[in-house]
Amino acid sequence: MPVLDRLQQSVAALAESAAQAHGVLVLQVAPAGVLPLVRRLKSDLGFDLLLDVTAIDWIGQAPRFEVVWHFYSTTDRVRVRVKARVTEQDPTVDSLVAHYGSARYMERECHEMYGIVFRGNDDLRPILLYEGFVGHPLRKDYPKRQEQPLIPYREGWE
Amino acid sequence: MNARIPNPIRPAFTSTEHEDHVLVNIGPSHPATHGTIQIVAELDGEKIVRTDVHCGYLHRGFEKECEDHTWHNLIPYVDRLNYCSALINDFAYCDAVEQLMGVEVTPRTRYLRTLLAEYSRIADHLTCIAASLMELGAMTAFLYLVMIRDYIYEHIADLTGARVTYSFGRIGGLARDLPDGWLKRLEEILVQYDDFVGRVHGLVDRNRIFIDRTRDVGVISTAEAINWGYTGPILRSTGAPRDLRKDTPYLAYAELDFQVPVGIKGDNYDRYYVRMREMDESVHMIRQLVDLLAATPGPINVDDRRCTFPEKAHVYTEIESLINHFKLVMDGPRVPAGEIYVAHEGANGELGFFLVSDGSGTPYKVHVRSPSFVHMGGAHRMLDGYQLADLIPTFGSINMIGGECDR
Repeated sequence: MPVLDRLQQSVAALAESAAQAHGVLVLQVAPAGVLPLVRRLKSDLGFDLLLDVTAIDWIGQAPRFEVVWHFYSTTDRVRVRVKARVTEQDPTVDSLVAHYGSARYMERECHEMYGIVFRGNDDLRPILLYEGFVGHPLRKDYPKRQEQPLIPYREGWE
Repeated sequence: MNARIPNPIRPAFTSTEHEDHVLVNIGPSHPATHGTIQIVAELDGEKIVRTDVHCGYLHRGFEKECEDHTWHNLIPYVDRLNYCSALINDFAYCDAVEQLMGVEVTPRTRYLRTLLAEYSRIADHLTCIAASLMELGAMTAFLYLVMIRDYIYEHIADLTGARVTYSFGRIGGLARDLPDGWLKRLEEILVQYDDFVGRVHGLVDRNRIFIDRTRDVGVISTAEAINWGYTGPILRSTGAPRDLRKDTPYLAYAELDFQVPVGIKGDNYDRYYVRMREMDESVHMIRQLVDLLAATPGPINVDDRRCTFPEKAHVYTEIESLINHFKLVMDGPRVPAGEIYVAHEGANGELGFFLVSDGSGTPYKVHVRSPSFVHMGGAHRMLDGYQLADLIPTFGSINMIGGECDR
């Protein structure tokens, strides 16, 4: 049986939906289901590398945000994508820092860019932006041309 | 005088664990921190107790900007992620869009992209090794290596018209085919490469100073490297033969003969050696690809009007081609709604593009899984516990590229 089919069968019970697209196993879960699924992926199924944490802003939809994780198994050499929808009022998911060191930086980026709160990550300081930056620039309602310069422009410039 | 500029960062610690320790701020514009990186370090004498690594000084809002341009228009932007091996970024991005569109590139383009990606990998590794050696005082080795790198830059400029950021990939193909005599010059450069890299091996490999500065410095184990998301030469330096070109073959890598060099203990010496050996493997691959290209005539671009521009002569003479051209420029290529994650083995590690399309000619979201950014997240594991002077070679061996890290 192909690797992805076997994996799909063994995690289907932990996910709301499981499908394969472009060579990746895609698992949709409720926010509360992230940690149980990730524990199973890591400890039983060999997904030892957390590749990426990001989010999608589906503005106008409810729940508005979709947090997206990518994992890679260095034994089976396949990827899995885990997705969880969170609301604008409570954009909170559990942090994976206890399971993957790499989550630390990537959750910081996702937090500043989309305002997703990672429960359990006590270091959500800005990483690509700076202290005091107002708003979350990758949200669709953050105007692209909005500027928040740290150093004021010289007079007559603009 | 202007009011005081607020501190852009908030350090993780502002006092020392011991009264004899000192806090030192390094960067963001220290000449030896290749990119603009800031490291707040607690020192016990010359020894680093702990570090807090900050990046973001080169953040240009790449992902925000991408949501405002057509799929084609992003190609010059992705060039500016890892500007030491821009073509690898080009091809990874184009590959992701093509897979989402269901476009398969022509065999010649597949070979050409593979060849150019390996050529770029050599340029990237040369940059990294040359700079790291220079920081340890090895000026001759630096000049030998950047000389070869400059031959490569000039040679790629003959093909693309630019030295560093090429904008050479196209969705469904490439900007143009090879000019006459390009492969002949390529072989000349590879011969020079063999000569000068051989000299660097002779100067450096068994050099007492180099070994003392790099052996057992910045050590990371395989398990820790994986935990902190390390991929590419750094993960391989720990002894794990993980390489996307072998593990999940893309482009033409399944047809090529090559090895995956690994290190022994994951220190700075291993990272130097893994990169040196990887360049040799790239040269070996390029020579195979030259033979494959000779047996694989054009075309370069797929015959698909959803992404490939029509011939200029037709644009001027036929209404269908004119409108096709106009729509591709104004609306961009229509990419079916969906999402995709495609990763190529970049020079620094797994370079992934996560694209979300809503079916229009402009991406809904473009996210880059950049190896440099993830590597910075675990950099403190390789810095803490070593000497302050080791910070420079260790940081050099990570090969953080600002454009890719900060996006």
